[in-house]
Amino acid sequence: MTFTALGDTAVVVGLGTGIDPSVFPRVRALTAALEHDRPPGIIEVVPAYATVTVFYEPSRLTGEGERPYERVCRFIISRSGHLQADAKKKFASPGRTIEIPVSYGGEFGPDLAEVAAHCGLKPADVIKRHKGADYLVHTIGFAPGFPYLGGLPEKLHTPRRATPRKNVPAGSVGIGGAQTGIYSLATPGGWQLIGRTPLALFRPGAEEPALLRVGDRVRFKPITPEEFAAWK
Amino acid sequence: MEIKVLRSGMLTTIQDLGRRGHRAEGVPWSGAMDGFALRVANLLVGNPANTAALECTLLGPELAFSTAALVAVTGAEFEGVEAWHPFVVPAGGRLKLGAARRGCRAYLAVAGGFDIPRVLGSGSTYLRAGMGGFEGRALRDGDVLQAPEIMRPMAGHWRVDGRIFPAYAPAPTVRAVRGAQADEFGGVLFDSEFKIMAQSDRMGVRLGGRRLVCIGGAAELVSSAVAPGTVQIPPDGQPIILMADAQTIGGYPQAAHVISTDLPLVAQLRPGDKLKFMEVPLNEAHQLALERERTLAILREGLAQKFR
Repeated sequence: MTFTALGDTAVVVGLGTGIDPSVFPRVRALTAALEHDRPPGIIEVVPAYATVTVFYEPSRLTGEGERPYERVCRFIISRSGHLQADAKKKFASPGRTIEIPVSYGGEFGPDLAEVAAHCGLKPADVIKRHKGADYLVHTIGFAPGFPYLGGLPEKLHTPRRATPRKNVPAGSVGIGGAQTGIYSLATPGGWQLIGRTPLALFRPGAEEPALLRVGDRVRFKPITPEEFAAWK
Repeated sequence: MEIKVLRSGMLTTIQDLGRRGHRAEGVPWSGAMDGFALRVANLLVGNPANTAALECTLLGPELAFSTAALVAVTGAEFEGVEAWHPFVVPAGGRLKLGAARRGCRAYLAVAGGFDIPRVLGSGSTYLRAGMGGFEGRALRDGDVLQAPEIMRPMAGHWRVDGRIFPAYAPAPTVRAVRGAQADEFGGVLFDSEFKIMAQSDRMGVRLGGRRLVCIGGAAELVSSAVAPGTVQIPPDGQPIILMADAQTIGGYPQAAHVISTDLPLVAQLRPGDKLKFMEVPLNEAHQLALERERTLAILREGLAQKFR
């Protein structure tokens, strides 16, 4: 476990490197341990691939002869006692499994042919491999509700576009290097777009606005453009 | 009471101190770019510091008040209003903020705040997701804002002592702590002056000037958390200071982080302005944050007397 300051309001806890499914249960276990019964001055906890970041309010953590940064680090250490055991017990098992309907190719997936050419596959084989894999929501960010998914078959790894698009429609399913993900809002973006889902990944008015949570498993289910249009 | 927006200005949004607790879902804090100015605006009209107010950008709005209201404007200096002290707009009166003469963003607080729904615990507008504030968007001509009718009696004519302000300037020196990848860029960040680019917005202030090149070559980083204040270096070598609406995680190298106390200085910069970074140790950043809180606490106490 490593500690790095993220400015004067957060501490980044490093638990490994890269996109590693074996690090992930520890990320989840530590996140859960830190979120439970947060002391005053600890604002929020943000998990990512190999890190957990703890945000704090320095002015509420001064005094008692200890500096805020050290105090936050001590708090993290105090909560990480059973990390290895918890990770094995509770978080190695899959979370929810969410099925995401996707209309692949055509106007919804303008980069499908390019991805196919890069991978030396037919477009139909790209779809077959993409829908055939199990994915894990490692982290949510970039935009509200945007899931970064691990588990993309190596054969489908494709570099991002040289020039990002100015506007990627919400619901677009993309490939960015070793990752796949779903654009939750219409934003600029550089990932290769292979399809689109009619599901809303982010619903601002809802109690839990993000459709997916860190730790969810995701499977993609192909639908036709007609089914996409009829989706409610 | 009703406050009618006759002219919306360039970019006028409702902001409080932001939306905490949802970064793990990818939802940024949003909130006032200059949190100091927002807090003082609220204290001046007797509101809790976290009350939603209007954030006005470069060209201010023109508003018509149905009922008399106690208001205060802080932050940037806009034509037509005196900043940093409370005043009364009479019933049927108009309040017009012209163009910004100094700084970029002003905060207009009304005693009692605006009646707006809280989304995920905050009244702040997050434009990119169309959430919070007034219908999730910037104000437009003809909008009508609702506010409770609260007139607080106030003693005498006075204004806030300018000595407590952040060191607002068109070419400030902004204090920053080192980022995780600071060594990759040598001392260039702290040795150079940068210019504020026109593409800057509530997500990030973009800097032009010397390009920062990764000494070890372009490091491929796995995305992890970023925060308002993070100075990230994209492949083109032009730094971006992440601000209130910035994404929650990122994969670009982090050269530095502007300290919280100095983020208001960045919030008030406009395209063409300049800035320099000065490195400070983390403990100093925390000390400064504590002093800022003490200053605001003293101001709050002092103002409580004036409202009696």
